Amino acid sequence: MAKVKVARKSTFIDMTAMSDVTVLLLTFFMLTSTFVKKEPVKVTTPGSVSEIKIPETNVLQILVDGKGKVFMSLDKQADLAATLESVGGQYGIKFTPEEINKFKLNTTFGVPIKSMKTFLGLSKEKQDEVLANEGMPTDSVDNQFKVWVKTARSLNPDLRIAIKADQETPYSVIKNVMNSLQDLKENRYNLITSLKVTEEEKK
Amino acid sequence: MSAEVQQSSGDGKKKRGGSKQKKMNVRVDFTPMVDMNMLLITFFMLCTSLSKPQTMEISMPSNDDVPEDQQTKVKASQAVTLLLDENNKAYYYLGEPNYKDYTSLKETSYDADGIRELLLKKNRSVVAKINDLKQQKVNLQISQDEYNKLSSDAKGDKSSPTVIIKATDKSTYKNLVDALDEMQICSISKYVIVPVTSGDKFLLENFKSKGAHSANSDNKQ
Repeated sequence: MAKVKVARKSTFIDMTAMSDVTVLLLTFFMLTSTFVKKEPVKVTTPGSVSEIKIPETNVLQILVDGKGKVFMSLDKQADLAATLESVGGQYGIKFTPEEINKFKLNTTFGVPIKSMKTFLGLSKEKQDEVLANEGMPTDSVDNQFKVWVKTARSLNPDLRIAIKADQETPYSVIKNVMNSLQDLKENRYNLITSLKVTEEEKK
Repeated sequence: MSAEVQQSSGDGKKKRGGSKQKKMNVRVDFTPMVDMNMLLITFFMLCTSLSKPQTMEISMPSNDDVPEDQQTKVKASQAVTLLLDENNKAYYYLGEPNYKDYTSLKETSYDADGIRELLLKKNRSVVAKINDLKQQKVNLQISQDEYNKLSSDAKGDKSSPTVIIKATDKSTYKNLVDALDEMQICSISKYVIVPVTSGDKFLLENFKSKGAHSANSDNKQ
């Protein structure tokens, strides 16, 4: 009997096309991506129908969590460093260049200025842990939040203020923040919300 | 499989120069490259926020004292006061508060049939205009800029109501945003967030106790 010859086919698939596609996708994602900012507390923003997008840069974001802890974030490292130095100066605290460098790495901050030095001395993991339990003092006796906002605004007048608060935050906390801003004559600001579609628009 | 360079042996043709040169079949295996790319894509997909969050722009009244003669007075007939209370409850009264009659304060909600219905009714002419403009924009009859201009003109209509939002300390941030949202939906341009006065607290208490408070205060007087 004659042997049935099975033609040996090469299993070598040409991956060039596939590679092209993946590189294309990769380029797309790299160009369009804005990284999710790390936030010390989880915040669920309330929905709204507003379609105004938040500007990408020059945003001073005020983060308020459900329990009323207040944090701030700036998107430019230069602003962060300058603000820290200036606020430190106002409270008579001098920060070393290493401390400022460490501060620049975190976009969100919110510890009382007195404990800022010890906070900056901690390791990165420890910092996240501590930050989640801290928050900026906002009470009328020692309103450091006001000082931070004022300083940041004076150093970069183009900053837009945006409040990002949890939907369960009691209004008294928001009122406190808003009143502080009002005292600084910051009367225009943005409230960050997530998109909600109303019945009317669904039609 | 690593990148392999296959050599085609055998059919090396003689070139003019006479030197025997092997023809190389340069076929690189792209599988690891694809693997790596996929990994990177996954990373970028997980780490990015494609949709930017929405924002609401609000302007608060400044703290500066405005002299009496420069203050803008709101016509009582056009004023709607919205009180936001705890447990997602909302109340409203029209015009001047009536402390005697607890039924002047009415309970409402943030749903489509709550405060929105009232405001849409009050703001009917403006809403109609805005909807008309929106339709024109969809039909490409007017540009975005024109739409913006015309809609702000329409919103500035004198007959549109003024909404005064008063949030109590027990209401949540969501209530406030919902209330502001209703202003957007109902195309109301004139609204303001002001602190709750003792009069409003009285109204709320009075409503909850069904007029007991006003009856008491009447007796005292």
